[in-house]
Amino acid sequence: MAQYATNQFKSGLKILLDGDPCAIIENEFVKPGKGQAFNRVKIRNLKTGRVIERTFKSGETVEAADVVETDMQYLYTDGEFWYFMNPENYEQIAASATAMGDAAKWLKGEEICTVTLWNGEPISVTPPNFVTLQITETDPGVRGDTASGGSKPATLETGAVVKVPLFIDNGEVIKVDTRTGEYVGRARE
Amino acid sequence: MNPDLDWRPGAGREALAQRAGLYRRLRRFMDQRGILEVETPMLSRGGATDRHLHSLACAQPDGSRRWLHTSPEFPMKRLLAAGSGAIYQICRVFREGERGRLHNPEFTLLEWYRPGFDHHLLMDELEELLAELRPGWRCSRVTYAGVFRERLDLDPHEAQVEVLREAARIAGLRVERLEGDRDDWLDLLFSHCIAPTLGRGGPCLVHDYPASQAALARVRPGTPPVAERFELFIEGMEIANGFHELTDAAEQERRFLEDNRRRGEAGLPAMPPDHRLLAALEAGLPDCAGVAVGLDRLLMALHGHRHIDQVLAFPWERA
Repeated sequence: MAQYATNQFKSGLKILLDGDPCAIIENEFVKPGKGQAFNRVKIRNLKTGRVIERTFKSGETVEAADVVETDMQYLYTDGEFWYFMNPENYEQIAASATAMGDAAKWLKGEEICTVTLWNGEPISVTPPNFVTLQITETDPGVRGDTASGGSKPATLETGAVVKVPLFIDNGEVIKVDTRTGEYVGRARE
Repeated sequence: MNPDLDWRPGAGREALAQRAGLYRRLRRFMDQRGILEVETPMLSRGGATDRHLHSLACAQPDGSRRWLHTSPEFPMKRLLAAGSGAIYQICRVFREGERGRLHNPEFTLLEWYRPGFDHHLLMDELEELLAELRPGWRCSRVTYAGVFRERLDLDPHEAQVEVLREAARIAGLRVERLEGDRDDWLDLLFSHCIAPTLGRGGPCLVHDYPASQAALARVRPGTPPVAERFELFIEGMEIANGFHELTDAAEQERRFLEDNRRRGEAGLPAMPPDHRLLAALEAGLPDCAGVAVGLDRLLMALHGHRHIDQVLAFPWERA
């Protein structure tokens, strides 16, 4: 397996730490003039999404993680797995609920997602930054109340619940930012 | 990096002018005190034996190698032994592999030596220099032990590795494969937990280091014995390192051998020590103190630059 030395550390590098694939977010070189050099590193665990800090003695090596990110089209779910297709070679893969994380609640079908594969297996899925979905359940819209800042919960066709302005009606199609889970606006017809 | 733009400098015109202005003021300060400006070779047959310094080699046509200096310390001490009196030098030095927000493998040192001074007298003079560069800068002084007691509630001269390891754990530090070397643990705690907090309200001088970290300083006997060494911190950055210099040739030779033994343990090649320095010490180095000031970081501290690249005309990747 390939190894990376600390002097190759940079943001985005994929390494194996405690058996889990991780991505380096930030690498800081710390060295007393007359002392041991360290690399103080912020790392995201790609399986859990958690960010941790680690310190390495400079010159140490770590194992590289075979991690690739590919754009794939979401097809359907059977309740246990979510199926994606590589639009270039039509290969299909199945992602578990763990790998899907929060992504599942934004997807209805045909979206192009970023699927992170570790040793060929999907470990995480990032939905498109913006999705357009129909509201299936919300309190009736309040006419004429477009100025006041109030909001109410709305359930979308995928089951996700987002806060929408009071004037939005049941059945409307809205645009949502999946990174924040926030309502962006009405989707244009 | 964008190849179309990497011909451009890291430092802006203003930062270039700040550097030129700093050098002018430094030279005036030294000149007013009768400290002589000197130049010494950058390429030498001997190299730095310190296991934490990595010298860059320069191959010679005859197959031999010379080493780019990591500091001008040895030849400057040879000048002192030859009776130069107080001397200073502003020069580029080279340390392989040191790169980051506060590091460039090629950087600039101001180094000066004062015969007849001990480390406290030289700290006084460094304070006077800083006050001249930034009126209102007043230095605080703490001992290495004092700052460890204050920040981490432990005695760095006595604490066993287990105690240091526990202190790191409590501070939330997770370290990969750091083993039993006490000084490595002290370096970890000092560089991660203490140094970033030093010099926030004005420059801070830390002195009296553990004897095991004496480098080229003399060790003052006592309980515990301490190295007569100091460092200057401003805004969490280590800016300078000084010694009440070791003048004992036999002790210097012992340290060279010990350095190379530890290099061997760490899997590093032994470095050829500077035998001419030993000969100079043998002939007699006057009692003196010396200090090396990192001018790139001093510029950062003086003018609020966040990254060393902002004060370098061409940082490593564009050099």
